[in-house]
Amino acid sequence: MSDISMKPLLLRLRDSAVYRSIVRHGVTDTNLNRSLIIFENVFLHVHPVKVRERTLRFTHTYWLGGITTACALVLTMTGVLLMFYYHPSVPQAYKDMKELNFVVEDGAFLRNLHRWAAQLMVFSAFLHMLRVFYHRAFRPPRQFNWVVGIVLLLVTLLLSYTGYLLPWDQLAFWGVSVGTNMAKEAPLVGEQVRFLLLGGHVVSENALLRFYVLHCVLLPVALLIFLSVHIWRVRKDGGVQGPSEELESPESGEVL
Amino acid sequence: MSTQPPIVLSESSDPLALPRRVALVRPDLRPAVRQLEERWLMTFPHLIVREVILFQIVLIALGLAAIFFDAPLQGIANPLETPNPAKAPWYFLGLQELLHYFPPVVAGVLMPALVVIALVVIPYARVNLTAGPLWASHPRRKAIGIGVVTVLLVALFSAFACWPIVVPTLFVAAAIFAARKGAAGGRLRRRLARVTLPEWIMTWFVVIATILTIIGTFFRGPGWSLVWPADAAVFG
Repeated sequence: MSDISMKPLLLRLRDSAVYRSIVRHGVTDTNLNRSLIIFENVFLHVHPVKVRERTLRFTHTYWLGGITTACALVLTMTGVLLMFYYHPSVPQAYKDMKELNFVVEDGAFLRNLHRWAAQLMVFSAFLHMLRVFYHRAFRPPRQFNWVVGIVLLLVTLLLSYTGYLLPWDQLAFWGVSVGTNMAKEAPLVGEQVRFLLLGGHVVSENALLRFYVLHCVLLPVALLIFLSVHIWRVRKDGGVQGPSEELESPESGEVL
Repeated sequence: MSTQPPIVLSESSDPLALPRRVALVRPDLRPAVRQLEERWLMTFPHLIVREVILFQIVLIALGLAAIFFDAPLQGIANPLETPNPAKAPWYFLGLQELLHYFPPVVAGVLMPALVVIALVVIPYARVNLTAGPLWASHPRRKAIGIGVVTVLLVALFSAFACWPIVVPTLFVAAAIFAARKGAAGGRLRRRLARVTLPEWIMTWFVVIATILTIIGTFFRGPGWSLVWPADAAVFG
């Protein structure tokens, strides 16, 4: 296919009535169209139409929130694919792991990708929190977005933790046993919370099913909701805040 | 510019002020006002393209990791066969390490609850919003206060023989006092002198959390005994 024949075809397609009914912004590279790309799109409009140039610098955010979000995307995609091969029952869950590792085409790669993305997501979410703290980006008007961020960190930890049980190997079983034994120690409600979480007094098939539902439905939905609020509020609060001004130029920081 | 405008609109840097803050400043009276003129870029393509590239970098890095390192998978779960040691995922090993020193209700419930509460209230505590460099004001009073708190913390954690907390606490306290006259010192000490109290506390927390997690992950073997990483049961 030569470039000469492709270009008019694509252009004609982009000018067609059907395409223009789906994508409303024009094709010419004008600032108006660049704005329309963002605010005519339900997904992209969590972003503002314009951003400050310095917020794009690497040291402004170290892209840590972006890395965390990228991990969440990778995890959603690999997670859905893994669900096609997984039964949350004993002992089939463990057999499915073996199937993934030895039978399913690229199954081991899929599982590895999901595992390492999960580890990176926990790590980068934590680093993101530290970055925001040391840049003092939690200050008004961003107070509540900091709290949303803490909720997201906890949801991330719970997602990782509930996923930890699903392979149903010794590592999963005892890792979750150790953790839920800690929950038992909470005064008054500890025992009940543990029972609710496990569907019994020990980690069993019921626990596997509950963790599966939490991991694949409830917690991802919670993550999606809070993440949307989180990114939306970044826009509403005037974009990402990097190092606060007194940090960037400490000598001239007290001018006002 | 030949003629100065009579007033300049500028942002207030008062962290307690409301978001839409406007201050009227007469430039003839306050010549030091910074111009807040900035270059703005269109989100598309400048930000969107960077986000796509970032996603690709993350995906490639994870893809390489997934090719070269296999996710762990042990034998099928067996409630009758307890591994020694039984370890939680790495991000909970700091807590599990605490369990070694404190009663379960303290290590498993009280401490994590305190940490979460402390994190949530950060933006609502006035001290976090207004804090300047620690030693910039009331140095004598602060020196006594920090000294007393350090002694109390060290005494408390020593009573439980929790040295992974005691030692970093002493180091952080030493760093705080080293920063005291830091404004006149070298580059590092000048930098330390600008650190605020909330930042010192967060640093203290992060150092301890990191040390506890590393010990729990790499230096704990059978019966939660201290071992070298080669003998520790390190899991993914």
